[in-house]
Amino acid sequence: MAGLFQRTIDRAGAEVPLTIDGEPVRAQMGDLLITAILLHRAALRRFEFGAGFRAGFCLMAACQDCWVRLADGRRVRACSTPVEPGMAVLIEGVGPG
Amino acid sequence: MTERLSVDVTIVGGGIAGCAAAAALRSAGMSVALLEKNLCGAGASGVNFGGVRQQGRHLAELPLARRARPLWDELNERLGEDVEFQATGHLKLARSDAEMAELERYANVAAEHGLRLQLLGSSALRSELPWLGAGVVGASLCAEDGQANPRLVGPAYARLARRLGADIREHAPVTAATRSGDGFETRTDRLEVKSRFLVNCAGVAAGFIAAGFGEDVPLRPLVPNMIVTEPLPFFVSRSIGVCGGGVYLRQIARGNAILGGGDGWGDAESNRSRPLTGVSLAAIASALAIVPALAGCHVIRTWSGLDGEMPDVIPVIGFSATTPNLVHAFGFSGHGFQLGPIVGEIIAELVTEGRSASPLEPFAIDRFARPAQAAQPPQAGVGQ
Amino acid sequence: MSALAEPIVAIVGAGPAGVRAADALARAGLRPIVFDEAERPGGQIYRQPPAAAGRVSSGIYGFEAKKAQAIHGVLRDGQDRIDYRPRTLVWNVFGRRLDLLTPDGYREQRFDHLILATGAMDRVLPFPGWTLPGVFSLGGAQIALKAQGVSIGRRVAFVGAGPLLPLVAHQYAKAGVNVVAALDATTFGAKLAQVSGLFASADTFAKGLWYTARNRLRGLDVRYGVRSLRVEGNGRVEALVWRDSSGLAQRVACDAVGASFGLRVEAQLADLAGCRFVFAPELRQWVPERTAEGRSTVPGVYLAGDGARIGGADVAELQGARTALAVLEDLGRNVDRREVARLDRVHARQTRFRHALDAAYPFPGHLLDAIGDEEIVCRCEGITAGALRQAARDKGAREVNRAKALTRIGMGRCQGRLCGETAAELLARACACDIESVGRLRCQPPVKPIPIVATAP
Repeated sequence: MAGLFQRTIDRAGAEVPLTIDGEPVRAQMGDLLITAILLHRAALRRFEFGAGFRAGFCLMAACQDCWVRLADGRRVRACSTPVEPGMAVLIEGVGPG
Repeated sequence: MTERLSVDVTIVGGGIAGCAAAAALRSAGMSVALLEKNLCGAGASGVNFGGVRQQGRHLAELPLARRARPLWDELNERLGEDVEFQATGHLKLARSDAEMAELERYANVAAEHGLRLQLLGSSALRSELPWLGAGVVGASLCAEDGQANPRLVGPAYARLARRLGADIREHAPVTAATRSGDGFETRTDRLEVKSRFLVNCAGVAAGFIAAGFGEDVPLRPLVPNMIVTEPLPFFVSRSIGVCGGGVYLRQIARGNAILGGGDGWGDAESNRSRPLTGVSLAAIASALAIVPALAGCHVIRTWSGLDGEMPDVIPVIGFSATTPNLVHAFGFSGHGFQLGPIVGEIIAELVTEGRSASPLEPFAIDRFARPAQAAQPPQAGVGQ
Repeated sequence: MSALAEPIVAIVGAGPAGVRAADALARAGLRPIVFDEAERPGGQIYRQPPAAAGRVSSGIYGFEAKKAQAIHGVLRDGQDRIDYRPRTLVWNVFGRRLDLLTPDGYREQRFDHLILATGAMDRVLPFPGWTLPGVFSLGGAQIALKAQGVSIGRRVAFVGAGPLLPLVAHQYAKAGVNVVAALDATTFGAKLAQVSGLFASADTFAKGLWYTARNRLRGLDVRYGVRSLRVEGNGRVEALVWRDSSGLAQRVACDAVGASFGLRVEAQLADLAGCRFVFAPELRQWVPERTAEGRSTVPGVYLAGDGARIGGADVAELQGARTALAVLEDLGRNVDRREVARLDRVHARQTRFRHALDAAYPFPGHLLDAIGDEEIVCRCEGITAGALRQAARDKGAREVNRAKALTRIGMGRCQGRLCGETAAELLARACACDIESVGRLRCQPPVKPIPIVATAP
């Protein structure tokens, strides 16, 4: 599945498996969670107060647009959280564009 | 360049009570000037928890709260705007058998005042609210209590009063209020207002006004310590309080949970206040014990403000004991929000008729001055 | 605390300003504490990829590689001289106490002197489609590339109103990304008029010219004087539409947009510390008052870098060092007066350059002139420009905190970072009053969302 982001450099690093809405995808050690998700998806979460989705904005922990829900109940800010093996992200079924 | 006004009534303080009084007095045909030191509704009226609550009040307040309740149903229509009042019900939780007994006691007494409360045991409670934390043994429910948006009510009342022809001046702190002939002269930096009546609903600063007329009252600042979370899926369907009043929380329809408990830091003279971290942490711990499902969310804002508190935790409402045609309404001790609309009516009654339809004896200002009859101590179990 | 105990100097921020301040204080024999929210030092301008990313080429910093490495080295190699606390958010200051969110939960820190070096973020203006997935700030687009080695899209358009625009366009193009447009919301004329001032920092000016030349060689011309813009797409970015300086409608297909318009100070802690603010018309924003030496209006509280006033990384380094000397003076220590004079000299030259740069990229307020009532201004809460205008028109809102109370603008998780300035601009327009009179959003703790559980002791 193609997401918003694309890699511009080949970085050496261990693969990090995670799931997005139950579907297994792979990220890389050193990826932030926002990267791990947006390489595969076009959004991070549903917007609470209207139609549509959000995919983050500032990438510097200022705009607070990139909070995602994990299956274990945690809410994390995707742009300031490194991806961890086994993370289970819940976006509610958003596919790529 | 001093502007001179001459009106029937000068009102000091643009909170809900003052603005509601201005509107009521205009409807009675009186000319009104209202002087607000900052913006209308920005004081205690705007920073409180937002509980529209009869349950748990000191018994002296119940007749006023009962009289206020129907006003809340019509408030949107009266004000011409939506102030987000919802009768979600207020649930006062017992966390021990002793507290449950206290709730039962209060329910019996409140019934005599026409307030219907429903006592709920643990299983009834949890079948409605399965998310309640362990340790809650029961509760008292006032189904017709609820919540509204305190940031909207005061400004809406001010707009109503203006539409009705009240002369409302904001950013106009009163520098002096004195007797002048048979009436009063009230001054700000730029105004001199002569009036027949003076209404003192100046909130945390009302003590200064009263002192100017020889009435020293033990009014002290009360600083609410409020916390709000990010929006969450809605599930806290009742406004929640606890026996003893230590913590209170509600969730608005948009999803933010609002909680409070304890006092922040405040300085009345500079009009500054701040929530205190230790107090916030304690309130959060209490709230999480009641609603463990909040544990994964984030706090996005805390705030405080300045309310006024009397030693017996009930307000001063009524005529001055020293000066004719001076009406006081202050010291709402952290629970004036639900009363605001009726206090405005009561002020208007006092001014126009010299009496009120509500029993005001317990709120007399001179209860602090009467040496032979000390002010009643706070009633056990009173609180949010 | 005994009178002989070392004074506690706390620094918030491990970007160029905070690091240079810490370095100077450490060289004077103190052991300052540096708190930083991120995992690694560098702030945003010299932001490093996560440690887990392994070795990364210093090429990501381009011309600034040496400066970046120097800044990183101070804290990496200076743990014995400087008490460096990464992954620590300072979320409140009250009196002489900081509230911290650390990896181990809630903590407090007392201080005697506090240097706030909290940096800046992109200044955001709303435009139709700005909340679509695939629209990021210009700074965000740069961070994606620098810190993660990813592009925000495959066909990327950039919009800006500052020197970051040609730089990011160049960086993306150099990385092999298809950059389909680079639009400047300010005019070319504004830059021409500042050429002599820009020469005050000839090397920076030269770099700017170099980026522009490289972009041109790739067939990527920056288009100046953009009058309006709109992002189109069904659920995600599909095209950028704009009116150019002649008023002609233009359109380019794209799948990502990096758009923001200058920088804004992050000064929430300065507000909570009680610092007085002043409106800076040349930056079109409120900034905390700062003396040339770095003192705020609160004794014991100092300000340095972009968090006090937008000045760029080199100015931030100078101010960090200069502010540390002010702290030492206030502690009664000797300071090297020649060093003070040197810093002040270089700073004065940089300041001339910055004034020219600010004038070369004036605030593009015209983008707000035609913004429709239905456009979202408060991104967190979904509040529209129309709601704000209604509050001004029907509810007498003349001041931005009152507008917040009535409309909820600024009540979201970002706490007004993305919408506060826009709300003030639109309010001033709606009331036909000047921008200063509508004020600024008051800050309340916490300065960022904090987990409710970590705050419990």
